[in-house]
Amino acid sequence: MHKKSLQKLALGLANKDFSTIELTQYFLDRIEAHQDINAFITVDREGSLQQAAAADKLLSAGEAQPLTGIPLAHKDIFCTDGLRTSCGSKMLDNFIAPYDATLIRKFRQTGSIILGKTNMDEFAMGSSNETSYYGRVLNPWNKERVPGGSSGGSAAAVAAHLAPAATGTDTGGSIRQPASFCGLTGLKPSYGRVSRYGMIAFASSLDQAGPMAHSAADAAILLQTMSGFDERDSTSVDIAVPDFSEDLENNLEGLKIGMPVEFFNDDLDPGIASIIMNALREYEVLGAKLVDISLPNSHLSVPCYYVLAPAEASSNLSRFDGARYGYRTAEYDDLLDMYKKTRAEGFGDEVKRRIMIGAYALSAGYYDAYYLKAQKIRRLISDDFTRAFEKCDVIASPTAPETAFRFGDKSDDPVAMYLNDIYTISVNLAGLPGISIPAGLDKNNLPVGLQLIGQYFDEAGLLNVAHRYQQVTDWHTLSPL
Amino acid sequence: MEWETVIGLEIHAQLKTKSKIFSGAATAYGAEPNTQACAVDLALPGVLPVMNRDAARMAVKFGLAIGAKINQTSIFDRKNYFYPDLPKGYQISQLQLPIVGEGSITINVNGEKKTIGITRAHLEEDAGKSLHEDFHGMTGIDLNRAGTPLIEIVSEPDMRSATEAVAYLKSIHSLVRYLDICDGNMQEGSFRCDANVSIRPRSQEEYGTRTELKNINSFRFVEKAIEFEVERQIDILESGGRVVQETRLYDSDKNETRSMRSKEEANDYRYFPDPDLPQMVLEDWFIDAIRAELPELPGARRERFISDYELSDYDAETLTTSKELADYYEQAVAILPSQPKLIANWVNGELSAGLNRNAIRITESPVTATMLGQLLTRIDDNTISGKIAKEVFEAIWRGEGNADEIIEKCSLKQISDNSTIEPVIDEILSNNPNQIEQYKAGNGKLLGFFVGQVMKATQGKANPKQVNELLRKKLDT
Repeated sequence: MHKKSLQKLALGLANKDFSTIELTQYFLDRIEAHQDINAFITVDREGSLQQAAAADKLLSAGEAQPLTGIPLAHKDIFCTDGLRTSCGSKMLDNFIAPYDATLIRKFRQTGSIILGKTNMDEFAMGSSNETSYYGRVLNPWNKERVPGGSSGGSAAAVAAHLAPAATGTDTGGSIRQPASFCGLTGLKPSYGRVSRYGMIAFASSLDQAGPMAHSAADAAILLQTMSGFDERDSTSVDIAVPDFSEDLENNLEGLKIGMPVEFFNDDLDPGIASIIMNALREYEVLGAKLVDISLPNSHLSVPCYYVLAPAEASSNLSRFDGARYGYRTAEYDDLLDMYKKTRAEGFGDEVKRRIMIGAYALSAGYYDAYYLKAQKIRRLISDDFTRAFEKCDVIASPTAPETAFRFGDKSDDPVAMYLNDIYTISVNLAGLPGISIPAGLDKNNLPVGLQLIGQYFDEAGLLNVAHRYQQVTDWHTLSPL
Repeated sequence: MEWETVIGLEIHAQLKTKSKIFSGAATAYGAEPNTQACAVDLALPGVLPVMNRDAARMAVKFGLAIGAKINQTSIFDRKNYFYPDLPKGYQISQLQLPIVGEGSITINVNGEKKTIGITRAHLEEDAGKSLHEDFHGMTGIDLNRAGTPLIEIVSEPDMRSATEAVAYLKSIHSLVRYLDICDGNMQEGSFRCDANVSIRPRSQEEYGTRTELKNINSFRFVEKAIEFEVERQIDILESGGRVVQETRLYDSDKNETRSMRSKEEANDYRYFPDPDLPQMVLEDWFIDAIRAELPELPGARRERFISDYELSDYDAETLTTSKELADYYEQAVAILPSQPKLIANWVNGELSAGLNRNAIRITESPVTATMLGQLLTRIDDNTISGKIAKEVFEAIWRGEGNADEIIEKCSLKQISDNSTIEPVIDEILSNNPNQIEQYKAGNGKLLGFFVGQVMKATQGKANPKQVNELLRKKLDT
């Protein structure tokens, strides 16, 4: 049951092979049985079973939509009316939003079930899920290793089949890198495709929500529900949403896949390089052509990102001041003392580090040298992609420079941790869609992800390219459990 | 040494939009605390701002009215600082690229015209209110005002006296109300002002060190605070000291300014473009539509009043201070087009006095423009005298009816019939032989005595002009 695709689950519900309540209970039991993975911050047993009962009524009434009755897990960054939304932080440990994020509202409207809220790096800041206030998440493929981050809880939950699929968010790779580490298909849509309303902001100009699933076909179904203009998010884009499942089967004959020379070089781990090259040869068999392209400014993407993202974060996180909701320190002398203690006690080290970097980059006398310069570099990085797409239809690269690493390996070295996002970050800076799909296992039996980057708002194209590969390979069907 | 004062004003005007600048919550004043603050105003996690196009429309209207360049692309920036009445920890404002660029406005000071430059006007959101009273030593926060749209209007340092500063402030105050973009209520804080004040030796071109005065939210306080501050700065410089750049708070009870924070203590606001709001792009059609609906502005109306109605500068200036007053005047003129000057005298006289006495606005006047026009028509057609008209005006004010009803009811109609007036005159003349003798001996002033007697005898109803004529005829022959 737990290895069925979304389509098969929907079919099973429609045929009354099982009810939504049975399905939901099944996944709740699996979550219970695999608590050691720590994939969830909050499991909503009662609420999910109530939703399941309602979904069963819709199914019997013949009013089912594609996701009606399908249990899903949502990253704990999306506000859920009446259910705690912690963002992985002590700061919001007691926070219950009085409203649903637009994305949650849309998932509720389709009749899908919210199993619970998944673990994550605190305020989505991290690449290993080690910064969560709620403890680390274990990688189901190897429990001594990280699941990736920041959507590590969602990745682990789907990889361990604790939920058929999940949502994540991606600011610099936070969907794709954990998808890569956990052997999943994870898509970061184009900036503006999915509403950010009700999604707790890390870096507003980079954040984007997306699906994490076992296959491109499943990801397409989730993305269908998530996408669309939202008048409550001024940065969401008002363009038509195509049927993402419709073009999955399209022929790849003549597809040009760009290989950035800056990524395919001697710095790339040979084990990962060979797996990625195998995947690309598979694409050649499917009729695609490989072309060399250049992203000359890609080496600037990590430094550029680590100015802009913390700058925005330093401001976005100002609202967590202890005045209106969330954590407030127990004792304080005056207002300033309350602010200082609340924030010192409520935020973890990585969050504080980024707030400080960001505040510094924006401060008088440094703004031009850091923030403004980084904005200019962002434009250059974006222009690189525009030029590259004159020569190719999609761009391929590894998703991450390595496979899942051991706990503690990088937690004392922020820069080493940041470099884990070296292939994914430029995609956020440019606002393009990117997907990570499983392309093989390394010598340690750990999944390796292939990243494919598409043109603006061509998620359908990316899903098609991913799906065709998954039709001829079975990496995405491998399971650690 | 002779000192020259240099003043620039920063005016915050709340825009009269129905909802807030970045949320759908209502903006009405006076609601129960925190009942007009939605998730966006409370800065709950995950919420996002959405620009209210109506606020942009109003800002553009202001920009067009001061002949300013409208920036068709403008940017919202975040101004970061911590304060409990600022829920997000930043205020959304416009720093680099404001919606309204350079413009100007002409003011009148003692009959002299002067043009004051306006550097810029930008859109921003208001903060909430911190309430320090009645909370047992704690501070209450009311976020109803948080997110109310403001335009901040920044002037050039073009004013040279407190009088000019007040004249400028009044001109902007009048303008925003003409444009119907701000209610101008200074008590409720919907029109506020800070003043930057410095002095320099009269021959010096370079500006002196300025101080910023806050808490000057009435025309009178602006004047007094600036006057105090100028004296303070002169005293410092003349005793060999140095003016410190700082923000100073005006205390109206003590009529003094005192230091609030120095430049060194000023926040680093870490401004940067708000990534939640795309650049605001205003299309040509949007601006053209606003231009087309622009009302006649105070300056133009004042000039028209002078040329069309042959009013004095003073009358025209007074009548055009507010759109409502000017509208009132013109409605009354429409009823009695032959007497614009008479109407001006009444509006600036009896009517204004009545409004002031009762502390009410022109729109609340119990004597409507139509009623006043009808009343003055009865002076014009000799039905009543000006003196009687004042009584009738009072009666209308008290709600006793319109002019004709009151004249009828109280039999106030002027007596213009010689056959009625003559017997009264004859009787008075026969009762006052001594005065007749003195008059004839050359004391012409006594004519007034006889007129007074006749008016008294007719309870003021006799037509004074006719009484005069008849008396002269009888006494001089």
